[in-house]
Order: sequence, then structure tokens, then C-alpha cells
Amino acid sequence: MEKTKIEISELELFFGKKQALKNIHLAIPEGKITALIGPSGCGKSTLLRCLNRMHDLNPQVKMSGNIVLDEVNILHGNTNPVHLRRKVGMVFQKANPFPKSIAENVAYGLEINNLCEKSQMAAKVEQSLRDSFLWEEVKDDLNDSALNLSGGQQQRLCIARAIAIEPEIILLDEPCSALDPISTARIEELMLKLKGRFTQVIVTHNMQQAQRVADYTAFMYLGELIEFGETRQIFENPKQELTRNYVEGHFG
Amino acid sequence: MNRRIIQFLGLALMITATLIVVAILGVVLFDLTAKGAPSISWAFLTQSPKNGMTTGGILPAIFGTTAVTLLSTLLATPLGIGCAVYLHEYAPDNLFSRLIRASIRNLAGVPSIVYGLFGVAVFVGFMGMGASVLAAGCTLGLLTLPSIITTTEEALRNVPRLTREGALALGATKWESIRTVVLPAAVPGILTGVILALSRGAGETAPILFTGVAFYTRYLPGSVMEEFMALPYHLYILSTQHHAIEEVRPLAYATALTLLGLVFLLNLTAFWVRARYQHGKN
Repeated sequence: MEKTKIEISELELFFGKKQALKNIHLAIPEGKITALIGPSGCGKSTLLRCLNRMHDLNPQVKMSGNIVLDEVNILHGNTNPVHLRRKVGMVFQKANPFPKSIAENVAYGLEINNLCEKSQMAAKVEQSLRDSFLWEEVKDDLNDSALNLSGGQQQRLCIARAIAIEPEIILLDEPCSALDPISTARIEELMLKLKGRFTQVIVTHNMQQAQRVADYTAFMYLGELIEFGETRQIFENPKQELTRNYVEGHFG
Repeated sequence: MNRRIIQFLGLALMITATLIVVAILGVVLFDLTAKGAPSISWAFLTQSPKNGMTTGGILPAIFGTTAVTLLSTLLATPLGIGCAVYLHEYAPDNLFSRLIRASIRNLAGVPSIVYGLFGVAVFVGFMGMGASVLAAGCTLGLLTLPSIITTTEEALRNVPRLTREGALALGATKWESIRTVVLPAAVPGILTGVILALSRGAGETAPILFTGVAFYTRYLPGSVMEEFMALPYHLYILSTQHHAIEEVRPLAYATALTLLGLVFLLNLTAFWVRARYQHGKN
């Protein structure tokens, strides 16, 4: 049995009056890639954003339940979301590099969190870019604007930026949805490479992608967690009717 | 066939309207340039007026306008940016913040002469600044404040949500994300707004009328507590109050041309900044 990195229990979430997450129980295994799949509106992105308390930005959101990370319930008032986000990084659906240089982008998290001396900054930036398969392509242009990169490169830059501060968990919200197949393949390759070092949770619309990269898959529908298990089992031998219907493509 | 004719007529009407506007602008510019350009010279721009303003230059007026406008911008910009950042980034959507926004909109519509009277009452009188560069600068600053707030808010609005979330997701506090990512990204838009406010302020007469401008000062103002000369007021005096109006008319035109040139220069700078920003975005 895998070691659990995040234990979610009795999680409920309301957008105003509307309930978006119903009684979620989920154990995210450490060092693996867990995929959240399900049709549009099932709550997978909503669930993902609970894990780094991004919903704090929305005053209409009410959450209850437990999300336990390192024996602390991060939903509790004592947890500082700013510190939490040091540990739990996020890559967004659309690449969002800052309008700064490539180097400044990667170094941003290091600077804002005072994680290393100025003298070590360049080395860390290089390491993150190497780890993200981006170094060779940008090593001569580190001071150029990050906005000049292609979509796929920008997304890899965002990953480099996220891993530079060495979080424990990386959340990926449909990171490839705006990318072409080749860029997508590169990102997937990157995710597989980062296994073990980071715990990754990816929201994806693409069932093939889930099967390619994820060790575990959680299927959600209308705000509920329907089934969770090893990816192979979910896709080849789903226990729930609903899961079977979804993975066989009867609805999307 | 009928529809083609109507479409053609419509287009012709719009083109005519445009041509009329351009023609008016062209006539004004042409008139000003033809009558004013001959008097413009390096001496004109760098000397003081002599012989009862009938000869010499307008250096003190250029200096005064520049000083007052710069001061007003220095005062209004931090205030305006601070206000806009609060309104856009922090203020909850409630009655109070809606009231503030409505007030700013109303302030933008207040006639400039009213600002001038306010300036006299509060800056010149109550705060004891007397008629001075400082009082006029404060008054002019107030006038341009609403526009700086509005353009800064728009510049902040144009920073995508994803960019802010990206900063927060890396462990930045809200203020850090504003200070290190949002504001720098909004700077070109803010700068454009400030420069445009500057250029508008340079041409205003009413706010400086009672708060510090003088028809003639012997020397350039040595401090902000002194009176000063200014281009729009100088133009007004030369055109209407001077004892030898006909004689100084060319100088009046030249003053107008100088003021226009200053304003155009500022506007061009603003558009250049904006263009570079758009280019950098892509």
C-alpha cells in the first residue's frame, strides 16, 4: 500500500448556495501521479484548487471537511495559505508566465520566499530549466521576455518556475489543453520524470493522457467521487457502472 | 442595386464627415503655424519677455508651465495609483466602494474653474500657501487625479487573473503579488495615463488663474512658494489684455504653437509608450 501524502475526508464545497463538492474522501499517494477525470462540471478543478487553498480568493466559497497534509488539516484557520503554497505548487490550464524575463520568472518563487542567496540563484534557475527540458532551448536567451516563447515552452517554463521552489506536491490543472500533441508529449514526459521527487495531481479531460501518465485515477461526477483506484483498474475493470460508461466513452 | 447605392452613400457620408474633421484640424494647425512659426526661434524659447512683452521670449512661461505641471503630476500620481490599487485589488464590492467610485466619476466632471476656486480657498488661503507654484500645483493635481485613478484602474484590470494567480500559487502574499507582478505589468498603462493627464494639465488655465500664475514675473521662480508665468495664461493676456494687441499678435500665435507643441510631444510620448507595451505583450 502506498504512503498517503494528502488525506481528504468529508470535503464539501459550496459556491454560494450551489454545492460543488459532496462528501469527498480521497487519499493521494506520495510520489505518484494521480489523475482526476470526469465530464465538464464534475468538480475536478474545484477539488484541485482546494489543495492549495486557491479558493481563498473567492469570497463566495464555503468549504468544510478535512484535507490533511503532513498531519495538519490545511483547511483549518491555523494554516497560512501563503506557506501552504510553498509546499503545494500549481501549473495552470493556460501558461501564465509573468511579463518578465525567463530567468526572472524561474527565480520569482525563490526570491519572494527568500529561499536562497543571490549568488546561488543562477545555478538554481539553470537546474530547474534543465529539469524541465527547457534549458537547451533558452540558455542563450535567459534575459529575454518569457512572453516570446511558444505555448509549449511557456508551459514548461511555468513548470520550471513551480519546481524551482521545490514544493512537495505539484497540482496540474489541464496543463496540456492549450497545447499541440508534440508539446503535450513533452510535458507528459516531464511529469513522468518528476515522479518520486514530487507528488503530482493532474486534472485532465483526456482519458488517454490519464492512462499514459497516471498511476492512480479518480473519477468524479457531479461533485462526487465515484471511484478511485489504480489507473489500470479504473480503465480496464471499473467497479462502478458510471465509471464504466464514462471510460467507454458513452458520455463526456 | 439599391442596396449597393445605399452602401456607397453611407460610406461617402462617413468619409465626408472624417474629411471635415481633418479639414478643421488642418485649418487650425495651418493657421497657427503660418502665423506663429515665423516668431519661433531659439531666442524666443530661451529668453524672457522684454519691452512690455512686445519683444523677447517666453522662457518664464515655458518654465512655469513645466514646473507646475510636473509638480501636479508628482503629487497626483502616487495618490492616484494608491487609490486605484485599493479600489481594484482590495475594496470589497459594497455600498462604500461604489460611493467612492461614483465620487471619482463626479470629480472628473467638475469644471476646472471650480477647482480653481477650491484651490484659492483651501491651498492659497486656508493652508497658507499663498499664490504660488505649490498652490497651483496642488490645484492642478486635484484636477488630474480622477483621470489618473481611472486609467490606473483600467491598467490593473488589464493584468490577467491568471498572472495574479500564478504569483499567489508560488507563495506570494497578496501585497507581494501586487508589488512584484501586477503593478510592474500595469506600468505601461499607468504611464500612458499619467502622461496624458500631464499633457492635459499643461494647457489648463482656470486652476492656475487665482492660485499662482502672474502676467509678469521679473525672475524665474526661485522656490515653489513664488508666483510663476504659464503658457496658457500668457497666451490669454497677449490675445486679449495687452495694451498693444495688434503688435504682439504674432507672439501670441507663437505662444499657442509652443503650447501645442508641448502637448503634442507629451501625447506622442504617451502613444509611443503604449505602442511599445502592446508590442512587448506579443
